[in-house]
Amino acid sequence: MIKECDILIVGGGPAGLAAACAAYDEGCKNIIVAEREATSGGILKQCIHPGFGLHAFGKELTGPEYANIYKEMIKERGITVLDGTFVISVSGTRAVLQSKNGVCEVKAKAVILAMGCRERPRGAINVPGTRPSGIYTAGAAQRLVNIDGYMPGKRAVILGSGDIGLIMARRMTLEGAKVEAVLEILPYSGGLARNIEQCLNDFGIPLYLSHTVTEIHGKERLTGVTVAEVDGDRRPVPGTERFIECDTLLLSVGLIPENELTLGAGIELDRITGGATVDENRMTSENGVFSCGNVLHVHDLVDHVSEEAKIAGTAAAAYASGAPFPESKIRVKAGYGIRYTVPQRISGATDTSIYMRVTENRKNAKITAYAGELPIAELKVPRAAPGEMIRLKLKCGRIPEGTEEITVRMEEPAV
Amino acid sequence: MKRTYICTVCPVGCEIEAEYENDTVLSVKGNTCKRGEQYVKAELTNPVRTLTTTVRREDGKIISVRTDEPIPRRLMLDAMAALNSMRAPKGAKPGDILTQDLLGLNISVSVTGVPEI
Repeated sequence: MIKECDILIVGGGPAGLAAACAAYDEGCKNIIVAEREATSGGILKQCIHPGFGLHAFGKELTGPEYANIYKEMIKERGITVLDGTFVISVSGTRAVLQSKNGVCEVKAKAVILAMGCRERPRGAINVPGTRPSGIYTAGAAQRLVNIDGYMPGKRAVILGSGDIGLIMARRMTLEGAKVEAVLEILPYSGGLARNIEQCLNDFGIPLYLSHTVTEIHGKERLTGVTVAEVDGDRRPVPGTERFIECDTLLLSVGLIPENELTLGAGIELDRITGGATVDENRMTSENGVFSCGNVLHVHDLVDHVSEEAKIAGTAAAAYASGAPFPESKIRVKAGYGIRYTVPQRISGATDTSIYMRVTENRKNAKITAYAGELPIAELKVPRAAPGEMIRLKLKCGRIPEGTEEITVRMEEPAV
Repeated sequence: MKRTYICTVCPVGCEIEAEYENDTVLSVKGNTCKRGEQYVKAELTNPVRTLTTTVRREDGKIISVRTDEPIPRRLMLDAMAALNSMRAPKGAKPGDILTQDLLGLNISVSVTGVPEI
């Protein structure tokens, strides 16, 4: 069975839904959104806490409320969302979909990859010890509590102080669990200061920086974890080990963009972001295939996901209608102090924005984009932190003719 | 006395340095909007928090809810007990009010999400 459409969007989470609406509003009416779960909304369905929409709508919404705004927009536009539909391969702008109705091939003029992320599991961080039950990634635990109505356990330790770990520390406590500690391997937390306050301090939950779990105990069910301090190289310091009794361990140790389909399509990935390399239209190395949202690079705020998805959706619609696309031959590189940039290449034909993260905390950071030795864009960031994505506006008029590469870097601090 | 607060009103999380005597705020520094000043005042006298949680529906499924205004921080666990003992009606939709008066505080609780939508 073969379906034809103008744009196929893989994933009906915040990125996919926003991209669909933008593509529709740009004039593209034949859109299919493939969503593997029973309803769209993606990860927002289980993010029942507030913190969404402050930039996009000026209101502090919960995840489901933010998702509902886009679901309404999808409904108003009559865009097709295929629920319970899994995309099993992408090749060029064709894809194979699977649902309870069977397998079907889709021939599209453009594809938008919006698959989101997976969580890094225990195996990937090699925590030694036994393999009892009671060990979950924080997001999996969040789903169990907020969607399925189950408590993962009664006494928890949380490894990782990113926002997901902090949010779950509060959620578990509110639902009656005892959260013994949150451990963070780095000497600082990656989560919002506000979450340290509301999720840990409010409940007297201790945060141990420069700590990690060195052993897991328990035969059938987790009985506790050994934790230890770590040194500057993140290696456990002998003699600092302590046993914490618990029946639940939540792992909040990283999100990994889910790019199995992208790899299968032979599309180039950026080793640092884990997502595809793209130009200012969010088009990947494959013509007509676009990428946006967490599958492209992990975002902090869903508002930025929606903005990025709008760029991809608008561009995909233009592509599907046959509009000419300028070649993006100018490479954008991350220099000193910058971990990565998105996009990784630009055409230089229009004003655009470069999104990035810094490699370390820096007060009064000055970030500059250079074409060779010439500064072409500058930005001052009062409190630059790896956990907060930065946006640098770039005016194409400042890019000299013949520029092949732009480097973005953080200026060294004045001595 | 001086104390540094992290404002929790919005995701920016301004670091606010407050000078105070007992529960009177003498000065605030570091907030980027007026709500930060109000937040610090409240933290000293009556800290409040927006509560978001889930409630079980009549048919056993789970829906997500939020308090429409922040409630006193010390009452969060009591509010959880009250909400966990409720059963939401089967047809509850996002935006519906689950209860008008949580814990006698005259604060309403609204539905934010249901599984079918």
